[in-house]
Amino acid sequence: MHLDHSHHGPAAVGADARRADGTRRALRIGLGGPVGSGKTATVAALCRALRDELSLAVVTNDIYTREDAEFLLREAVLPPERITAVETGACPHTAIRDDISANLEAVEDLEDAVGPLDLVLVESGGDNLTATFSKGLVDAQIFVIDVAGGDDIPRKGGPGVTTADLLIVNKTDLAPYVGSDLARMAADAKAQRAELPVVFQSLRGADGVRDVAAWVRARLGAWTA
Amino acid sequence: MGRGALLVLADGRFPAGGHAHSGGAEEAVRAGRITGAADLEAFCRGRLHTAGLVAAALAAAAAAGADPAELDAAADARTPSPALRLAARKLGRQLMRAARATWPSPELDAVARAFPKGAHQPVVLGLTARAAGLGPSDAAYCAVYESVSGPATAVVRLLSLDPFEATAVLARLAPELDLVVDRAVAAGTAVPPALPAASAPLLELGAEIHAAWPVRLFAS
Repeated sequence: MHLDHSHHGPAAVGADARRADGTRRALRIGLGGPVGSGKTATVAALCRALRDELSLAVVTNDIYTREDAEFLLREAVLPPERITAVETGACPHTAIRDDISANLEAVEDLEDAVGPLDLVLVESGGDNLTATFSKGLVDAQIFVIDVAGGDDIPRKGGPGVTTADLLIVNKTDLAPYVGSDLARMAADAKAQRAELPVVFQSLRGADGVRDVAAWVRARLGAWTA
Repeated sequence: MGRGALLVLADGRFPAGGHAHSGGAEEAVRAGRITGAADLEAFCRGRLHTAGLVAAALAAAAAAGADPAELDAAADARTPSPALRLAARKLGRQLMRAARATWPSPELDAVARAFPKGAHQPVVLGLTARAAGLGPSDAAYCAVYESVSGPATAVVRLLSLDPFEATAVLARLAPELDLVVDRAVAAGTAVPPALPAASAPLLELGAEIHAAWPVRLFAS
């Protein structure tokens, strides 16, 4: 159903759980993490795993405008009208945390254009360990690091590693080649995050995104309950 | 309300989407027209007396209570570049969201409803000032300051320009900001409003070139 704002009053202001016409909006999940850790690959794998059961859309926040969006388009994980790239003025963390207006607009425009949606994945451009999403933009956030970025990252902590609703340690298949100690990473992550979940994943194998997809399904279940 | 509210609205961190726009500076840097602080000052001065003046007059008129729809049409007529019209409406929509959350007002709600994809940013800026209890001069100050502070902060990122130098550029322009505000308020609050139509053809052309780039850092 196309939602015409002129008939339903002004658009919602921020994190309101309901759209202007009173319907519940899509669950929004943010994915952040350092450059090259596998955020876009995880988004692509999630789209493939979930697109047959859910109505999905993706917003990318790239340093250079459309790189990640174009990767997703090339991989044909979703139809092009379900992928929007937001320009971030060289500052992805500003666009996902300090000034979320362009991202909120992108999410709402996707819901208007291709909705109703169950889930919107908002991917940050690669950034540093302090980048987190505003609660005004997303309902839950995933922080993606990888074993090749150094096995001391969980120990270093930072808001992403410490507070994200899910921590993904990606590219576990590379661990033997880069000398990363997965057990140490798991112990450090546990120390930083207490009961918050951590998934070790490799997208090389079949169904590598299985655990993360299951986590997303559980969040969606809680959102729509 | 007074200066307190003005500082909130004029703050560069006011979350209304401006951080992703360079005000034409990204294209000017690529074209070699901005290479350092001196060029930045010239660029900002040109922008101030053209786009800045027009935006300030529109903002002042909106803050004084002129019809937003008429002002929006006037802004369209003064913005030849489709890319700039689109950017102005996107920024207007984003400012509207921030404004309605910070200074809720039925007047803002009505304009949000009438312009679901956004009215021109200077018009929304004037209405926001009004909702915040501010006057035409305050709205014009916000508009002229934005017209130069946006490019200045963008050039710090684009050229790694010394941030002290960029801020000194803004400080040197400050007396001219005062003069442009006086002109804008006089024009915007005249009955009927006598809106200026100062144009900067290079900014309009540059915006079209920039919008066609496959890869860019800033939205405009």
